[in-house]
Amino acid sequence: MEYPMIEVKDLQTSFRTDTGEIPVVNSVSFHLEPGEVLGIVGESGCGKSVTSLSIMGLVPTNTGKVQGKIQFKGENLATASEARMRKIRGNEIAMIFQEPMTSLNPLFTIGEQLTESLRIHRKWNKKQARARAIEMMKLVGLGRAEALMDEYPHQLSGGMRQRVMIAMAMICEPELLIADEPTTALDVTIQAQILELMKKLNRETNTAIMMITHDLGVVAEMCQRMVVMYAGKIVEEGDVSTVFQSPKHPYTVGLIQSVPDMREKKERLYSIPGQVPKPGSQKLGCQFAPRCTHAMDRCLSEAPPLQPFNNGQKVRCWLYGDGKGADIYDSAISSS
Amino acid sequence: MAELVNNKSPLARQPVEDTAISPWKEGWRSFKKNKVAVIGLLIVVFFILMALFADLLAPYSYESQKLADKHLSPSAEHWFGTDEYGRDILSRIIFGARLSLWVGFVSVAGSVIVGLVLGLLAGYYGKWVDMIISRIFDILLAFPSILLAIAIVAVLGPSLRNALLAIAIINVPTFGRLIRSRVLSVKEEEYISAAKAVGMRDGRIIFQHVLPNCLAPIIVQSTLAIASAIIECAALGFLGLGAQPPTPEWGQMLAESRAYILQAPWTVLFPGVAIMLTVLGFNLMGDGLRDALDPRMKN
Repeated sequence: MEYPMIEVKDLQTSFRTDTGEIPVVNSVSFHLEPGEVLGIVGESGCGKSVTSLSIMGLVPTNTGKVQGKIQFKGENLATASEARMRKIRGNEIAMIFQEPMTSLNPLFTIGEQLTESLRIHRKWNKKQARARAIEMMKLVGLGRAEALMDEYPHQLSGGMRQRVMIAMAMICEPELLIADEPTTALDVTIQAQILELMKKLNRETNTAIMMITHDLGVVAEMCQRMVVMYAGKIVEEGDVSTVFQSPKHPYTVGLIQSVPDMREKKERLYSIPGQVPKPGSQKLGCQFAPRCTHAMDRCLSEAPPLQPFNNGQKVRCWLYGDGKGADIYDSAISSS
Repeated sequence: MAELVNNKSPLARQPVEDTAISPWKEGWRSFKKNKVAVIGLLIVVFFILMALFADLLAPYSYESQKLADKHLSPSAEHWFGTDEYGRDILSRIIFGARLSLWVGFVSVAGSVIVGLVLGLLAGYYGKWVDMIISRIFDILLAFPSILLAIAIVAVLGPSLRNALLAIAIINVPTFGRLIRSRVLSVKEEEYISAAKAVGMRDGRIIFQHVLPNCLAPIIVQSTLAIASAIIECAALGFLGLGAQPPTPEWGQMLAESRAYILQAPWTVLFPGVAIMLTVLGFNLMGDGLRDALDPRMKN
């Protein structure tokens, strides 16, 4: 088949509130090939998690609305029925959540929760499912897997629980794994182990991973391509190495600058002034303009389009000409 | 030498402890540590045994009258004395336990089942389902409970069965609201999203993930509700709206004997003590269960 494994096109997810429908994710498009690792980066509240929930079909139907196309192996998930989505969830697309401490039901053993999706999707019996679960736990590096099967979540550490969550997500061999800040709640050494584990699983099973994070370090470590989101829109997109070497959008530049660098001794860590605007609060112009040090008059009145560069990078910013995609202002940013 | 051989290494001697403790077992462990709660449990067990084996324990029949023996004070023959018809009070209290506990358990079971269904629906589906169910609860809770019970019995006619029904009805909103609020908070837990992400259907999520996580507060509230159901049953009996004579109902025994409170105080004292003790037992047990099962009490 010619089309990519998953292609999101003009995704717009909005929520109904008292003041009307507010778009939280706005005309987001990206695609993923089998076995690829894509990073989705941005501050809290810029629509990363809502994007992943939209793909999973888990946006609450009573308040949320998903528009656009989510082509998964040629099937549009945005219009798929709930019954069809249930078949896909956990089976073809799996998800890891941010909080390993609360993502497991405290009243059931690890084994019961691990085997659940096998019993739902594959209709396996207890014995088969248990054997597979133990095998999976060993794969994610949990020692004494047999004993752990009968333990309760509160007896496990955060890192162990996140391994269990990964095992749970990978147990049906999904083609796409959505990891929503999988390492945010863990401490640094465990973070490294979990990332290493996900890399290994990606290599061995060829599962594509959509890595949602606000940690640029994680992206640099894990991903081949990255998408930077701001206020529900993609502001920059490209290969990880290209974006890190020559970030174009002032927001991306700011994000990269605010990562502490061990080689340099700075008095103060850089931070982008201001905060992400509340969804729907700003109607006109570039969403980033109020915080941008390079903002021009035009930025406040007209929303910039996503412009492609020759090297595959795409940027949503007026600094780069009138949609010509020229690289002329590169020096203006790097010198600041 | 032989000693050395028999003396195993200290590592080998350590027993392999079963580390898997279910949260329920853990709750039982901390309940056992609470002495007051255990006393409550013992009182409850005592009354339950009394009710179960009433036929064997009671020295006399609860309804055989002997007018010659009326108002006998407590003695070796009649431990708790006799009432105005010469009936043995001890026997009537023993049989009365059967009645009170029956009313307590059955009415609470009824309210729990109805409250559970309504609360789960209201909490999980929200929107108009929640609107309708919650307004019904609000209306029921707007009446003082005993007045509502009296009104229900007045409409249906005074009998033990109707009293039981009335008590069950007035307790439904308490349980419904409790479960609804619990569902609302459990619903937002990440393991519910995780269950959805695995591809589970609503029904399975409700019964497998939401319901078990609502059980602890329900158990606690049930124990306390049994205590108040027993009091409400006694109150209805006292007003002549519950069990009809000659059924030995504690509240009704109080009502019949209150005219003789000065001449024969034991006729009032013992039924009163029986009510007090059972209610105390359930309340102590309920408080202990709350401490043991409430997640907020744990560190």
